[in-house]
Amino acid sequence: MAVVVRVPTPLRRLTNGQGEIEVEAGTIREAIEKLEEQYPGFKERLLDENGEVRRFVNLYLNDEDIRFLKGVDTELKDGDTLSIVPAIAGGKLRV
Amino acid sequence: MFNFTEEQIKRYARHIILPEVGGKGQEKLLKSKVLVIGAGGLGSPALFYLVAAGVGKVGFVDYDTVDFSNLQRQILHTTDRVGEPKVESAKKTLKALNPDVELVAYNTLVNKENIMDLIKDYDIVLDGTDNFPTRFLINDACFFAGKPLVSAAMLRFEGQCTVFDFRDKENSPCYRCLFPEPPPPGLVPSCQEAGILGAIGGIMGCIQATEAIKVLLGIGEPLVGKLLVMDALSMDFRKVKLRKDPGCPLCGEKPQIKELIEYEHSCEARF
Repeated sequence: MAVVVRVPTPLRRLTNGQGEIEVEAGTIREAIEKLEEQYPGFKERLLDENGEVRRFVNLYLNDEDIRFLKGVDTELKDGDTLSIVPAIAGGKLRV
Repeated sequence: MFNFTEEQIKRYARHIILPEVGGKGQEKLLKSKVLVIGAGGLGSPALFYLVAAGVGKVGFVDYDTVDFSNLQRQILHTTDRVGEPKVESAKKTLKALNPDVELVAYNTLVNKENIMDLIKDYDIVLDGTDNFPTRFLINDACFFAGKPLVSAAMLRFEGQCTVFDFRDKENSPCYRCLFPEPPPPGLVPSCQEAGILGAIGGIMGCIQATEAIKVLLGIGEPLVGKLLVMDALSMDFRKVKLRKDPGCPLCGEKPQIKELIEYEHSCEARF
């Protein structure tokens, strides 16, 4: 299945600045493996040592949080968009 | 009918003419109380528009002083005020804009000892802070106090905004439903390390002010249960679902967090 992965700006240094990457994958886990092959470093930023999505990163399949689907085992359809949304805080050091 | 002065009728004419606001809505705004935490990149535009809109009482909290590095985005402050407390600088700017508004400056750090007191007199809270420990603290405090919270964050060319309406705790998700706990120190950069395009603060702070006004007036569909994600490089605005997490440690079915907690601050980063 050809899906589009939307990459947030903090991760674009891994993708030479590209904000959208197209990958062929049947599940979200497979999509992450494909990204890792093309852009090493992706996987460890998204998944923890148990292969689960890190708590401060959310993945959305189209507009749904994958935690409310089947997590990284969620199956993909042609034309799906997978968005990576990391926790950001912004600004200076403390308020 | 309404107790507007001549000057107020002129000042708020463009609001009053809107059917969704009207004289009634403007009167409501004049009786509303908003607290903005952080008088920086997000707080500046949010405060400008809330005060211009004639919100009756506007409080703002910041402990910091104006620095040259702030002026690229924190538009409440001016070059001649470098070194002044931010809340003092903010008060000068806002007073000049609209003398109708009662302005309350809190020159302090937000912590678990003072936050319940800070928020208690306000109808709604805006989070314009820059770090995870404070974001979690504000979320938890607003949840316990049952106050709506408009949360926004930004980094580089990205922004995020959502509304947690804790007047309806049964149904509203919270910040911990989105991100259960702060990232470990060092895994997510702050603006200091990662940079921020100044105008992003303008976009996101104005969205926060708009959402706050919508909640105060009870109009439209505030971003409750939705996370707005903005990428300014492609100028793409997307909304994704933000569901209440039954396993949320704060607002879920079996809450583990029953009182305010403070996480350690860290400025390290490498995401």
